[in-house]
Amino acid sequence: MDGSRRDFLKAGALGGAATSFFGFDLAPAYAQLRELKIARATETRSTCPYCSVSCGVIIYTIGDNAKNVTPQVVHVEGDPDHPINRGTLCPKGASLEQDIVNPRRLLKPQVRRPGSDHWEDIAWDQAIDEIGHWVKKTRDETFIERDALRRTVNRCEGIAWIGGCTDTNEFNYLVGKAMRSLGVCYLETQARV
Amino acid sequence: MSQATLQIRRISGHAGPVPGAGVERAQTVCKLVDTTTCIGCKACEVACLEWNGYTFSETVFDNSYQTMPETAWNYWNLIKFNEHEREDGTLMLLMRKDQCMHCAEPGCLAACPADGAIVQYANGIVDFQQDHCIGCGYCVTGCPFNIPKFNPSTKKMFKCTLCADRVAQGLEPACIKACPTGCLHFGTKDDMTDLAETRAQQLREHYGFEKAGVYDPTGVGGTGVIYVLHDAANPEAYGGLPKNPHIPWVVRLWKGPAKWIGNLAMLGGIIGVALHYLRFGPKRVESAKDQKGGQP
Repeated sequence: MDGSRRDFLKAGALGGAATSFFGFDLAPAYAQLRELKIARATETRSTCPYCSVSCGVIIYTIGDNAKNVTPQVVHVEGDPDHPINRGTLCPKGASLEQDIVNPRRLLKPQVRRPGSDHWEDIAWDQAIDEIGHWVKKTRDETFIERDALRRTVNRCEGIAWIGGCTDTNEFNYLVGKAMRSLGVCYLETQARV
Repeated sequence: MSQATLQIRRISGHAGPVPGAGVERAQTVCKLVDTTTCIGCKACEVACLEWNGYTFSETVFDNSYQTMPETAWNYWNLIKFNEHEREDGTLMLLMRKDQCMHCAEPGCLAACPADGAIVQYANGIVDFQQDHCIGCGYCVTGCPFNIPKFNPSTKKMFKCTLCADRVAQGLEPACIKACPTGCLHFGTKDDMTDLAETRAQQLREHYGFEKAGVYDPTGVGGTGVIYVLHDAANPEAYGGLPKNPHIPWVVRLWKGPAKWIGNLAMLGGIIGVALHYLRFGPKRVESAKDQKGGQP
């Protein structure tokens, strides 16, 4: 077959156009996925603060706990190793990330004075001092040493304590000791609210 | 970062076979939704939003507990609440998790004209690739479940991805993980079918739901999301679940016979031109004088 260089180039161009037109495609059939946003995040185990069920959650924060990184919560989901929920969460628990990353989240103590119509910021030291002052005052005023039959009871009926679902055994032990030493007998838990 | 890729089983708008399809062994994944144990808590809705990073949309009150009338481009997972009157006059609240069904033969993918905008991974997940999407909305026509939704600001289509990013890394979808009653299950299609049949049998034999059954419609080749229903004969009661879903015949005609007829017509045209050239030769301009005379 006779053919000039020009014919050869023409045929080549036509052939290339034809193969691409009829869809002869050697590109590998892989699709790229969105990257797993928690792939290298730091996992921190915690407890959901809402109800008394105390589901275990894993809080995912960016960074690897290096000194120069301020961790930011990027995702929260159930802890599969937690015996209570085994990874599941209710809608409130599933939305915990928005509870943490929230401009309205309370990060400092506040006080609403008697008769006041608003909350005001208060320093931690001042808050603890004031609480101590009120505990002392209430206990002094309401302490019952003996009941009507003259039996020793040593009760402080003016104070009650309520525990939350995120309180650990160790914390509750200390609470029990502290409250019993004051004579507080109204110890309650959130589970029955 | 862990940027995963998944091998593809089907590609939309793609001529010829999918390169490398069916070469590797792959398990088809499946979600099982047991509507009989759903309590309508919507943990799956919230978990879906949290994982996919969407903010909470404004809810629409529609005289029911339902968050909004139907799924949205940024709200892929919706529990449909349906009051259903039983034969004895008592009421049942039927709750069904509505999301993409991840059909084995997806109507959206068949209807899509953009190359690579809709793919079916080797594990059976049907996913939209928004960078290839042209926003034509043909997938809405192709889908028998009314799932693909249009984002007017980016002009792209969105739907549930079955958390393909999580599944590719060996995790379960976010909704499955959250479900507190265990009404959602995740695993291979075979395992989920077994589990669903076992549950349906349990409902028929011990709970008095004689018509309980599994919803895995064959009209779309089976689905990657299967339901256990109290009454498998009446799926419409669960917020309009079609009884026998199939790809609309317009789409099938257009992507099947019409395509081949078009190709044949094109081929016929080329052959006709070639034959005309062989029979009559190239068209020649006779001469400048004749041309002038021929044209007024």
